[in-house]
Amino acid sequence: MRGPASRRGSAVRFALMALPVAFFALFFAYPVASIVGRGLRVGDSWQLGGIAEVVGRPDILQVLWFTLWQALASTGLTLLIALPGAYVFARYDFPGKQVLRAVVTVPFVLPTVVVGTAFLALLGRGGLLDDLWGVRLDTTVWAILLAHVFFNYAVVVRTVGGLWSQLDPRQEEAARVLGAGRFTAWRRVTLPALTPAVAAAALMVFLFTFTSFGVVQILGGPAYSTLEVEIYRQTAQVLDLSTAAVLTLVQFAAVGAILAVHAWTVRRRESALRLVDPAHTAHRPSGAGQWALLGAVLATVVLLIVAPLAVLIERSVDGPGGYGLTFYEALQSAEASGGTFLVPPVEAVWNSLQYAFAATAIALVIGGLAAAALTLPRTSSGGAPRAGRLVRGFDALLMLPLGVSAVTVGFGFLITLDEPPLELRTSWILVPLAQALVGVPFVVRTMLPVLRAVDERLREAAAVLGASPLRAWREVDLPLVRRALLVAAGFAFAVSLGEFGATVFIARPDNPTLPVAVARLLGRPGELNYGQAMALSTILMLVCAAALLLLDRLRPDRSAGEF
Amino acid sequence: MLALENATVRFGRRAALDAVDLEVADHEIVCVLGPSGSGKSTLLRAVAGLQPLDGGRVLLGGADQAGVPVHRRGVGLMFQDHQLFPQRDVGGNVAFGLRMHGVPKGEQRSRVEELLELVGLPGAARRAVGALSGGEQQRVALARALAPSPRLLMLDEPLGQLDRTLRERLVVELRAVFRRLGTTVLAVTHDQGEAFALADRVVVMRDGGVAQSGTPRDVWQRPASEFVARFLGFANVVPATVTGGTADTPWGGVPVPAGSPQGACRLLVRPSAVRLGPRDVGLPCVVESLTFRGHHVAVRLRPDGAPPLEAECGLRDAPEAGAEVGAAFAAEDVVVLRPDAGD
Repeated sequence: MRGPASRRGSAVRFALMALPVAFFALFFAYPVASIVGRGLRVGDSWQLGGIAEVVGRPDILQVLWFTLWQALASTGLTLLIALPGAYVFARYDFPGKQVLRAVVTVPFVLPTVVVGTAFLALLGRGGLLDDLWGVRLDTTVWAILLAHVFFNYAVVVRTVGGLWSQLDPRQEEAARVLGAGRFTAWRRVTLPALTPAVAAAALMVFLFTFTSFGVVQILGGPAYSTLEVEIYRQTAQVLDLSTAAVLTLVQFAAVGAILAVHAWTVRRRESALRLVDPAHTAHRPSGAGQWALLGAVLATVVLLIVAPLAVLIERSVDGPGGYGLTFYEALQSAEASGGTFLVPPVEAVWNSLQYAFAATAIALVIGGLAAAALTLPRTSSGGAPRAGRLVRGFDALLMLPLGVSAVTVGFGFLITLDEPPLELRTSWILVPLAQALVGVPFVVRTMLPVLRAVDERLREAAAVLGASPLRAWREVDLPLVRRALLVAAGFAFAVSLGEFGATVFIARPDNPTLPVAVARLLGRPGELNYGQAMALSTILMLVCAAALLLLDRLRPDRSAGEF
Repeated sequence: MLALENATVRFGRRAALDAVDLEVADHEIVCVLGPSGSGKSTLLRAVAGLQPLDGGRVLLGGADQAGVPVHRRGVGLMFQDHQLFPQRDVGGNVAFGLRMHGVPKGEQRSRVEELLELVGLPGAARRAVGALSGGEQQRVALARALAPSPRLLMLDEPLGQLDRTLRERLVVELRAVFRRLGTTVLAVTHDQGEAFALADRVVVMRDGGVAQSGTPRDVWQRPASEFVARFLGFANVVPATVTGGTADTPWGGVPVPAGSPQGACRLLVRPSAVRLGPRDVGLPCVVESLTFRGHHVAVRLRPDGAPPLEAECGLRDAPEAGAEVGAAFAAEDVVVLRPDAGD
């Protein structure tokens, strides 16, 4: 039997979910479904037999195989390189730790196009290695793998390190006192506690690298192509919609499976662990071994993360007549780009900023409502199971845009949102809408842990003291989540600033965004275009880094969220 | 002030509150006592409106509260672990209810000062709640709950997490404060000492129902059932048959007070009813162990072929462990219990 209060709770939950659900139905499910439908239908009949045919093609099998093994290899390599880093950041105190932690996070919010460009500047034609030793890696798989490690280092450090720093060292000490050796204690106590976090981080890295687009597009050359790149190629270049549709479905299925596993590990991660204030677990390294480990981690960070960024900046000022701002100056006129642009490339900065602000606002509203709906208290233990399943389904739905081909979404926007009542094709709002779609999962993931951590009894205490439910939310929840909201806004901002796969389809030629402009410049021959791409990437990186550093200043210690 | 009629709350098939009838008069302090899981907290949550009823009614000041939301019931609730708002200072916490009720700023300030004074934390308004000790948090929570002058103040294990000395001091202070303010109080606790020190009336709960209700003296002297007796810490409860002025028990014949009901029953023998003497007087026992309780000594006896027996005696009269003694019984500290409903 469910009381009136529980019915009221459900009603509020549905009201909160209505807008996010409508948003996803209209701007995600509808475009994706109709482009997939268009690819799989001939006349009035479904051609499902084509699926097996496409999947069986040798060139497609090649793509599938490459997508899978590069994602596995990238994940393995990232864990191998980043886990020692996670440990060092979690347990050692050293000067400059805060700054370094921000530095390693910069790549994660960098647009993939910039990551690709930075590695091109390091490993590619005319890159640093080429200059010094004549080594070029830009058409090898190593460039892709290293760029993926660069990109995902922070995922592992934040997810695993965040938990590691809060694990109570006394648990390990208790095991030692009970007679376990140092390694046995670690293996029996710390490792099991960390395993879910490691698994979650690994799955996230796998997901990001499985759907990698910008990095592979720029570094892969013609030889290497992931599913996402192949979908782009089939859609935009070969114009083979049915192959693209099949590939979208394949990617969708794969990502669905990955997300299901992820959801499962996240739930396991929420098992009760004894957590303590990270400030009490860290200590200064002592002894040669610990200093060596710290040194090795710092060297890795410098080589792998600082070097590509530094080289990117260096190339952007390395003009034909020595160091100078030639490329930056060239960005200010449309003519200098030799007809690549209708407007001066530097205008892309303003376009990007405006789009990003709009996308952030949309993502915050949609993601905020969704997170609020997901954390509504269960008012009755009797009616819980059905609501629970519904809520979990909603939770999973919110994550889907991370895995569905952005290219498909962008192209779907073009072909579906061009007739009344959704005549948006010429509207500027199209780009922020697509970008917000990718921003929402980040907003939800950042807000959820904080909202869930708000003790329901605090709200009850407020209610007993005379606060209406809305007032209680304003007085209790809002002050506690305000900072998380800012963090979420920063993520959404950075994500939409760097969004490439969908934007490349729907940004109008006279209104390019930064990543689109960079990709367009890289696609043209000539040193001036290359240099301008570097300069524009540097600008993009600086804008992102500024947003991120601002964020890290605001970030509360304990509410790092899941990213 | 408060009346529960047939109040029922079910979690799945288990009834957390099973047709409970309870009344609290104006200015009365009622303490609900029971083991964990007996439905005490659910009772408070139902009165506050935090837990919807599956049956029955809650009346406050004679008005049925069905459909009245939590924030309009005008009751106060002090949570078990205080639940102070972490982002507000002490003053902000205490003033919260006043703000919700639209009390003007100036008045809020003076009332906060007044209440902090009352709970013994004068001038603490600007302190952060994170920096308070457990006892101080408890006082702030009390001040916060009292601030809007609720018509009924409810306390959920008010002193549960505090250490023993602090608890004993605070319970006396609490009672003094409530007396002075004339507050109507409904408190729940699992600690009998706390309940008996605080309450005008004690209600013992078992499995969602009321097992006994009465003044502390009544309940302590005449536990209504074996459950209540055992919950109060009495171990000497045995089946017995009363004939005239004597009960036939496993310990032999035990005198009962005049006018006790006749026939089969459960018999409570308070430790104070057991008189220790030489081995050849009364029931022969071996002293198994001694527990020193300050002003008296609890003595655990093992009679031959009978259940163990608890006695108490003065420090000076305490026998040695292993000694052989004889136990006699005094009728005035023996109670004939009503059989439990479930037995």
